[in-house]
Amino acid sequence: MKEIVVLSGKGGTGKTSIVACFASLARSKVLADCDVDAADLHLLLKPKVKEEKEFWSGQVASIDEDKCTECGLCQELCRFGAVNDFKVDAVSCEGCGFCYQVCPVDAITMKDSMSGYSFISKTKYGYLCDARLGIAQENSGKLVALVRQNAKLIAERENLDYIITDGPPGIGCPVISSLSGANLALLVTEPTLSGIHDLERVIGVCRHFGVPVLVCVNKYDLNEDNTNRIESYCGTEGIEVAARISFDNAMTEAIVQGLPVVEYTDGKVTQQIKELWQMVSAKLEE
Amino acid sequence: MIVSVASGKGGTGKTLVATSLAISLIDKYKVQLLDCDVEEPNANVLLHLTVNQSQAVHIPIPKVDEAKCTYCGKCAEVCAYNAIAVIKEKVLVFPELCHGCGLCSYLCPESAITEEGREVGVVERGDSGNLELIQGKLNIGEAMAPPVIREVKKQIDRASMVIIDVPPGTSCPVIEAVKGSDFCLLVTEPTPFGLNDLTLAVEVAKELDIPCGVVINRDGVGDDKVDRYCQEQGIPVLLKIPLDRRIASLYSQGISLVDGMPRWREEFLRLFEDIKGMVATSRLAK
Repeated sequence: MKEIVVLSGKGGTGKTSIVACFASLARSKVLADCDVDAADLHLLLKPKVKEEKEFWSGQVASIDEDKCTECGLCQELCRFGAVNDFKVDAVSCEGCGFCYQVCPVDAITMKDSMSGYSFISKTKYGYLCDARLGIAQENSGKLVALVRQNAKLIAERENLDYIITDGPPGIGCPVISSLSGANLALLVTEPTLSGIHDLERVIGVCRHFGVPVLVCVNKYDLNEDNTNRIESYCGTEGIEVAARISFDNAMTEAIVQGLPVVEYTDGKVTQQIKELWQMVSAKLEE
Repeated sequence: MIVSVASGKGGTGKTLVATSLAISLIDKYKVQLLDCDVEEPNANVLLHLTVNQSQAVHIPIPKVDEAKCTYCGKCAEVCAYNAIAVIKEKVLVFPELCHGCGLCSYLCPESAITEEGREVGVVERGDSGNLELIQGKLNIGEAMAPPVIREVKKQIDRASMVIIDVPPGTSCPVIEAVKGSDFCLLVTEPTPFGLNDLTLAVEVAKELDIPCGVVINRDGVGDDKVDRYCQEQGIPVLLKIPLDRRIASLYSQGISLVDGMPRWREEFLRLFEDIKGMVATSRLAK
């Protein structure tokens, strides 16, 4: 069983569209959407939810007004600015428990917080594991780990060849949690200066965690000079560029139709993405 | 006034909108642009300011004086993040897990724990005329963006018009970036992905009790469901930017929309007047 995670650094480069195509092209796989803040893969795969679980993680402090003597110690010691006027701002509270430990009159309790939901669903492409983090919640990294764990258990139970993971944008906590221990990271970039800048940073993160990378340039003909720059940069870094995908409104039209683009058109982008999947699956066999 | 530019979904055009809004205002105001997308800061790809100041961001982590330590285990018992462990006669600190709350050092009965700074990122500054850029950069391999965002926001100058470029998503880095804003501009695209993530971003603005309005980018490619949603929710659509390959091409070269197509300056000035009006109305209502 091999695990591939699709990342990009910059958002909106086409991660989810490409993962949906892989869902359609790969046999024997489970899908995982690790963008727990703003999961979109379900919009293309039309899942039927089989299992929904509450995700409890972390704690939030709460002050009992009747017991509080307004001594102000908690307010003084909280480093997250979460106590104001003897009330806890749940959004700012990081759940460290400092206030709870030091309150001289035991007016503070720590309450578990329900931070979101995880889902296991069936789609016509196989199982999908995803999640929804509650608005303004923390611990997205832990929820990502749970989604991956769900996918791994299914892959083992069903003896599947691949876990295909749609990753979050950025390089921080949820990305690190999606990435660590994966067999391959496919980095989807675009030929814009921002895309290049973000690609370099996400390559850095993959190296930091020792995950091999492949790059794919989406909308390559938007700016071919920049595409060439990406390819020469990857060349000097010893990174393989697996595919160029054309700038084509069919990508967006397919999203509107709720389909992977390979099922929406037989055009050029479909051929390019099919070749990309062949490259990716060959790389995973190495 | 502080205006944050957010989106839920990545790659919808937050940075395009934030930079063009900032540039449009410099004839009239002192403007501060805070790039709080510290995982992938891109505003300066479009602004081209020379960064002339840089300051490291540290979070305090525990340093144990083993000569004083009696291995009582109090620190490990109270740490909410499992960032410190006591195993027989050894104390282990896990710096990546530590949030820097300071509880262990405060409660240590032997005063054996002091704190030392661990660098997690930098805050950089550059300016030109009326425009000042403050950008945060999370170090590669670091998980926690909020401490870097907090440092960026400490630089807010209330005498300026402040525009915040927010990271994608809905979790703690987004909240840290958006909170305290007078208005939240939500940039989306007219696709099912754009709509799904816009509804999440609207929840964030509601949670923080901040008035919001929408910018639809790449208008003309998808469907009209974003428009309909905004109408139903009573959220004003303040600006539409069409799907236009010339706009995408300017962006790819690192040229801001208002520099590449100066007629857009009027549109952004009108957008700003609309925002000012909505902020005034919402202040009256409160």
